[in-house]
Amino acid sequence: MTKIVFKNIHRENSHTLAVYRANGGYQTLEKALSMPGDDIIDEVKRSGIRGRGGAGFPAGLKWSFIPKDDRAKYLVCNADEGEPGTCKDRDIIRYDPHLLIEGMIIAGHAVKAERGYIYIRGEFVREAEVLQAAVEEAYAAGLLGGSVMGRGVRFDLAVHRGAGAYVCGEETGLLESLEGKKGQPRLKPPFPANIGLYGGPTVVNNVETLASVPDIIANGGAWYAKLGVEKSSGTKLFSVSGHVNKPGNFEVELGIPLKVLLEEYAGGVRGGWERLKGVIPGGSSSPILPKAVCDTVTMDYDAIGRAGSMLGSGAVIVIDQSVCIVRAIARLSRFYRHESCGQCSPCREGTGWLSQMMTRMEQGKGVPGDIELLQSVADNIQGKTICALGDAAALPVVGAIRAFREEFEYHITHGRCMVA
Amino acid sequence: MNASQSSPPFSEAALQQVERIFQRYPADRRQSAVMPLLHLAQKEFGGWLSQESMDYVAALVGIAPIRVYEVATFYTMYNLKPVGKYHVQVCTNISCWLCDSDAIAKTLQNKLRLSFGESSGDGRFTLTEVECLGACVNAPMLQINDDYYENLTPESVAKIIDQLP
Repeated sequence: MTKIVFKNIHRENSHTLAVYRANGGYQTLEKALSMPGDDIIDEVKRSGIRGRGGAGFPAGLKWSFIPKDDRAKYLVCNADEGEPGTCKDRDIIRYDPHLLIEGMIIAGHAVKAERGYIYIRGEFVREAEVLQAAVEEAYAAGLLGGSVMGRGVRFDLAVHRGAGAYVCGEETGLLESLEGKKGQPRLKPPFPANIGLYGGPTVVNNVETLASVPDIIANGGAWYAKLGVEKSSGTKLFSVSGHVNKPGNFEVELGIPLKVLLEEYAGGVRGGWERLKGVIPGGSSSPILPKAVCDTVTMDYDAIGRAGSMLGSGAVIVIDQSVCIVRAIARLSRFYRHESCGQCSPCREGTGWLSQMMTRMEQGKGVPGDIELLQSVADNIQGKTICALGDAAALPVVGAIRAFREEFEYHITHGRCMVA
Repeated sequence: MNASQSSPPFSEAALQQVERIFQRYPADRRQSAVMPLLHLAQKEFGGWLSQESMDYVAALVGIAPIRVYEVATFYTMYNLKPVGKYHVQVCTNISCWLCDSDAIAKTLQNKLRLSFGESSGDGRFTLTEVECLGACVNAPMLQINDDYYENLTPESVAKIIDQLP
């Protein structure tokens, strides 16, 4: 299968400039620097690549929103990687940081941004060190700075570490944080493409998206668009965790059947496919899919959407029959309560309610009417907050009630779990 | 590296880092340096941020101290009270929980005789329950200071603790 963002990670010292260059690294940058920015944007549009951080917004379209005025523009890489279950960008950063840097310089040139930042989650201390060393190598080699490759194009790049706040994975929370403030998301509009970092037009892209750019420009958008399936082109990293025999990060073409991903790449479900209970397909915010759906669903944006969930960040969390769904969701509700930034009342109060009620039910103290009340609280959060964290807290609860209502009812009626 | 001090001002080496940090941001956007400076202050001043340390960072940046307090209290990685020499943070979020992080947590609680949120009397350990650290395919995992330890078992966790210098 075609490898794009993981093409180099098997090589020894793949994180160094020497190894990256020995395998063709930065040759695409040379090509890109001789292309007009708009042509680069057109290739990325043609590729059909959708944002790999979770929202799935077409990247080329996002770039084309940057106005052609003379304000200073910024390119920001979202390496906050905080969605539970997700750990794919970490591998790009620690094994192939120059691929990301090359993608960023090309993107910067395309949208006329002269300054870029990589916002990496604070806990990734070692990964940030690898990235910082790579940035310094790139400066020393004339790939970054006042005249990239001697071609008169400026691009400065710096690494900025977060400090432990999930909400900073939301792009405007990230920008606030990068400006040295609490990471509380901004109202949109205005969108970052118009008013972003320091009030300037800003593109915010995920690590995996930017790391895909060199191959898109090297081979053409049409080449990339042939990979994957319609409306979900290209390859995608999936972080498969939980109850599989061989958890890991796998790069596959979009549209792969979930069952193939789990059975052929991740070593199969612990105890066999029949032991599968459900899969959270796109990070903790995406509603769980019961086994019957997992039997046939394919891993692309539309198919997962039709199945009632989201492809999200590509974090595939596999749950076997030993697990109490009520308990699993209670754990997630506690997470969202902890991470709510407190700015919007429906989320600040609602995540607390969801967590308390899920915990109460898990402990066998649920009462009749609790399921309806959970649903009502979720309804009062969804769509009523500045950012998507509220929805992210509500969706797993609503999705689990939809797919496993009998487990919730059993908890209420019997005061304990269906699972022994 | 200089022996870490417990209060401001920064050492010479740290002050050089401060200059490099400010250079990452436009000259008129010094507030962007607050987070890296708080990370640096925490490292320099014994693993946590006293009010004195935060005031010092505010003075370096040239902003009101409240702007720094807001940031320091918003993000979980800034410790607002002293932590042990080894800050042991155990992930119990979904992927780790599915891979029995409960057993890892229990092993640590018994071994260190600490509950989550507590520090040992000798100042050696702080034990914290932490949200997803982004190493989910190698669950269960924990972080001690700046390092991840992954694919844990109760046996390997006990050994990791025993082997800390």
